[in-house]
Amino acid sequence: MKNKIINRRSFIKGGFGGTAATVLSLKSARAAGDFDHYPDSMGVIVDLNRCVGCRSCEAACNKEQGLPEPEKPFNDYSVFDAHESGGHGGAGRRTDETRYTVVNKYELPEIDHPLYRKSQCNHCLEPACLTSCFVNAYTKTPEGAVIYNADVCVGCRTCMIACPFYIPTFKYSSAFSPRIMKCIFCYDTRLKEGRPPACVEACPQEALTFGKRVDLLEIGRKRIRQNPGGYVNHIYGENEAGGTAWMYLSPVDFGEAGFDVHVPHEPVINFVRDFLSIVPMVLVIWPALFAGFHLLANRKEQNKHHHIDGGEE
Amino acid sequence: MLITKKRGIVWVVAMGVVLLCSAAGRALDQSDAPESVTIGLLEELYEPVEFDHAGHTEMAECSDCHHHTAGTVTQRWNCKKCHTNPLEGDTVSCADCHSPNRFDSQYLATLDNPELYHVEKPGLKGAYHLNCVGCHQEQGGPTGCEDCHAMTEAGEQRFNAGRYSPAP
Ligand code: SF4
Ligand code: SF4
Ligand code: SF4
Repeated sequence: MKNKIINRRSFIKGGFGGTAATVLSLKSARAAGDFDHYPDSMGVIVDLNRCVGCRSCEAACNKEQGLPEPEKPFNDYSVFDAHESGGHGGAGRRTDETRYTVVNKYELPEIDHPLYRKSQCNHCLEPACLTSCFVNAYTKTPEGAVIYNADVCVGCRTCMIACPFYIPTFKYSSAFSPRIMKCIFCYDTRLKEGRPPACVEACPQEALTFGKRVDLLEIGRKRIRQNPGGYVNHIYGENEAGGTAWMYLSPVDFGEAGFDVHVPHEPVINFVRDFLSIVPMVLVIWPALFAGFHLLANRKEQNKHHHIDGGEE
Repeated sequence: MLITKKRGIVWVVAMGVVLLCSAAGRALDQSDAPESVTIGLLEELYEPVEFDHAGHTEMAECSDCHHHTAGTVTQRWNCKKCHTNPLEGDTVSCADCHSPNRFDSQYLATLDNPELYHVEKPGLKGAYHLNCVGCHQEQGGPTGCEDCHAMTEAGEQRFNAGRYSPAP
């Protein structure tokens, strides 16, 4: 956390050599090994069986995070139909710089009511956004949140490419100060004081259960065990991308509810770590980093193609 | 401030309970039930709900909502495993078992007790909605938020609705 002293201006002023050397030392410290998970970190388990698509979570997030006025009121449910996704690989409304969380609707033939799914940053245990950021703008807090320091961000968008869930987006209020924007688990205003996130508190259905991640896994397993016909036997996020703090329960195969079921179970950064660790020369660090992220992007593409080629199981 | 408000709500619900408990010693029946219960749990964003308790006793068994506390045999397989004796509980109020602060750190800390069986008990808001909405979906009752809850001005602000709708 003491690395936080580089701000964007000194990063630029610091000149190429010095900066790149700093970057290299940060990067090798990170790449040296998995950092320990925080055992008492918090999370949320989202139960698609309980969500009724009321959008209270979206409204609460908008106010808590001071986001811009939405195009339509939060009690306008036509937003679901305008982007009817039907479970086609996560289409539908996406999170962006004006909304850190969105709910999408999925009409599926095998269930007699629509299914709704909330998405936001999943607060990975080994966040690809964090490991890919070469100015170290991201922090994983002991409470479980993946937060960021937008002042440090240089707007390179590698985190956007690295994130397996397509979460970070950018606000370009001016060409020179891009700002990362994403769900921060309400860290500043709530999580660090031990309070639940605004969206969790607003949810009438307790579709969002907040607690210690280890306890949530227990809760998830218990719900599946007690209602095996009502859930697929899988907790999405238990292992995906190396494990996430926000996890999901679903009555249908996750692919049908817009989840990417080909997200690798290893932390995403493992695919580029070896590559990064064999790039010791300061002068090649820039092209090398970007080549690394190109690999990452390709990896995501390959997964997608695999998904298409492989068809439905 | 918030806590006081919530306490207030607990009391409103508890009022019904006091009425009910005067009939202690025998299973409760319809005649013991309050006509209506005012539920103000969400009163910041929505007007309090006048719950037509009497009307609902004609449509559902006491134990459909009050699990094993109303002196009738529970309908739920999971409750049945322990609560076999259809004795009336000490209380029938939702708020006496379901916490309005389900995700506060103090509440979460109580879940660490290894002897606790009810680790997954919903909070008060969850208990109401999971019970009400679940049954309304099955029985064709109203399920839209504003079918039961009229928004306050603060609610309209929160949802950018009504007077606070975005300009078209
Ligand atoms: S979901 Fe994406 S943005 Fe969120 S922590 Fe994981 S990698 Fe980072
Ligand atoms: S945790 Fe906070 S920032 Fe994230 S979606 Fe919920 S309300 Fe928004
Ligand atoms: S507030 Fe809860 S029930 Fe409503 S849309 Fe969000 S997750 Fe679903």
